[in-house]
Amino acid sequence: MKFSTLIAAGFAMVASISAAVAEDISGAGATFPFPIYSKWADAYKKASGVGLNYQSIGSGAGRKQIQAKTVTFGATDIPQKEAYLDQYGFVQFPMVMGGIVPIVNLEGVSGSDLTLSGETLANIYLGKIKKWDDAAIAALNPKAKLPSLPIIVIRRSDGSGTTFNFTTYLSAVSGEFKSKVGAGEAVEWPVGIGAAGNAGVSANVMQTKGSIGYVEYAYATQNGLAWTDMVNSAGKRVKPSLASFKAAASKGDWANAKRFNLILANSPGEASWPMMATTFILMYAEPVSAPASNAALKYFDWAYTNGGKMAEDLDYVPMPDSVVAQVRSAWKGIASK
Amino acid sequence: MSAITESVSTAGRALLSDRARVLKSMAFGDKVFALLTLSAAYLVLLVLAGIIISLIIGAWPAITTFGLDFLTTSRWAPQLEPQPILGALAPIYGTLISSFIAMLIAVPFGLGIAIFLTELCPHSIRKPIRLAIELLAGIPSIIYGMWGFFVLGPFLANYVEPGIVAVFADIPVLNSVFGGEMLSNLSLFNASLILAIMILPFITAIAVDVFSTVPPVLKEAAYGIGCTTWEVVSNVVLPFTRVGVVGGVMLALGRALGETMAVTFIIGNSFKISSSIFAPGTTISAAIASEFAESEGLHQSGLILLGLLLFVLTFFVLAAARLMLMRLEKRAGA
Repeated sequence: MKFSTLIAAGFAMVASISAAVAEDISGAGATFPFPIYSKWADAYKKASGVGLNYQSIGSGAGRKQIQAKTVTFGATDIPQKEAYLDQYGFVQFPMVMGGIVPIVNLEGVSGSDLTLSGETLANIYLGKIKKWDDAAIAALNPKAKLPSLPIIVIRRSDGSGTTFNFTTYLSAVSGEFKSKVGAGEAVEWPVGIGAAGNAGVSANVMQTKGSIGYVEYAYATQNGLAWTDMVNSAGKRVKPSLASFKAAASKGDWANAKRFNLILANSPGEASWPMMATTFILMYAEPVSAPASNAALKYFDWAYTNGGKMAEDLDYVPMPDSVVAQVRSAWKGIASK
Repeated sequence: MSAITESVSTAGRALLSDRARVLKSMAFGDKVFALLTLSAAYLVLLVLAGIIISLIIGAWPAITTFGLDFLTTSRWAPQLEPQPILGALAPIYGTLISSFIAMLIAVPFGLGIAIFLTELCPHSIRKPIRLAIELLAGIPSIIYGMWGFFVLGPFLANYVEPGIVAVFADIPVLNSVFGGEMLSNLSLFNASLILAIMILPFITAIAVDVFSTVPPVLKEAAYGIGCTTWEVVSNVVLPFTRVGVVGGVMLALGRALGETMAVTFIIGNSFKISSSIFAPGTTISAAIASEFAESEGLHQSGLILLGLLLFVLTFFVLAAARLMLMRLEKRAGA
């Protein structure tokens, strides 16, 4: 009938075969949390003998998979609205948080040598700031020697949760960005080169002199890329680090977020990093298979309890205890039989 | 006497009926075989029709929403609220231009290599060169993509393109075609160059094959009356093999239009029409490859419509090439 249904049916066959072989927990979705999910899965397999089969295929594709009931849980970097959750009977909860950083490739510039403000970053991605020695950048970096190179903007070509969180931030700090581009997984970029995935963006920035991109923090540190500091909503310069991510995460008002629908962009606070992403899990309130659903919840429960240190090792921010308590009470909405 | 004739005629009749039986069974076999081949031929048509129909069904929401505007709009905003705006002009432009530049480079080079191999090349190195060209055709496109991304792209952007930009900087029109406002590793031109390298072996391999079908006596006659090699090639070899050469070029063009992976790697995936060939762009197949997995609803339908357009575009280009060929033949016959 529809292409997506056909593709989903194909995945379903594969998924059912692998499920029959290993009794693994099956999930699909966002690429952003994939490193920590696989690390947790490794440790969990040692602790409990149950493995995780996670397809890191992107937030949108993950939602399609869970809608087609081919996996036990879907993972998305974009918090879903109540109407969507009710339509499919999903329970949504946040799993882990992380920071998004701008990365640059400029000769003589290494990590934290440059500072950008939200407005400047938005103007670069609007194509209004075209050269590295632009007055706006120079004003923020009086000491840096900025070359008169054109800025080559790199952004995602595929639909992406990272793009969603990045554009949400830029829309929050720049009215012009909000009206011209807006926030979304796949926006109409006025300038730039499209690359696939966090890995594609970092590879492109590494290859291209004078380029700028945005990736999840781990991709910048692992690839040895130069990132920039940011001026946050309090007007303070902050470095991307676990501490500034945690500061931003602590400002999230989860208690009042309906069904955990909360976006951590441009968080208040002097120490807060402005660009954050939270990754969410979607599960059926009435699961297709109760044992599979229970096994998945057991894994998440274990991850909340034991996974904090592992997350911090990879510069992800674990959910605060108060939020975890909230999540555990939300799990009561998932039928266990 | 009569008994003998009787028995002879009986034997004859038996022989006759045997013959009829054998013939009949052979005719049955023939019929089955004909039916089998016929159904195989029809199956191809059926698959073709099935693909077109499923593409149209998938593209229908986009067709009814955007109509002909889809072809003339250069905006691509799949998540615009309340309604996405999708236009195919940029990918169509990118597809046509990248294929055009690729042909511009690959056809003279490919034919040149073929002429060298068949007319000028010493026998001892002919085989190795042919083998190398055939190997070139066997390299998977993803390898070309990676090579283009890591090696060719940076090389062109850092050493070749700044020179070209500088040469044309003061010439009107050409300075915008070769404009270097934003030189990067990924651009329409880089993708075209990779495409040219990819289709070169097709053109060469087919041209070598058809060049070797020229009867030696024709060439010998031409050489005999004092023709130079150039005159033999341009007046004997090329006219004799025109149809085959154009066929090879068409095959190459078909591949260039639809090539996906290598192009997606190095074209820059930008839905912008830029006057400069050194700016990033996109093609129909690159757009589908990079966006399909994460698309839903109207966005996905728009991508399927792009696929349908590529189908139609390829069909028209190949049909036009055929038509040209027919005209050529007619003129040659008259």
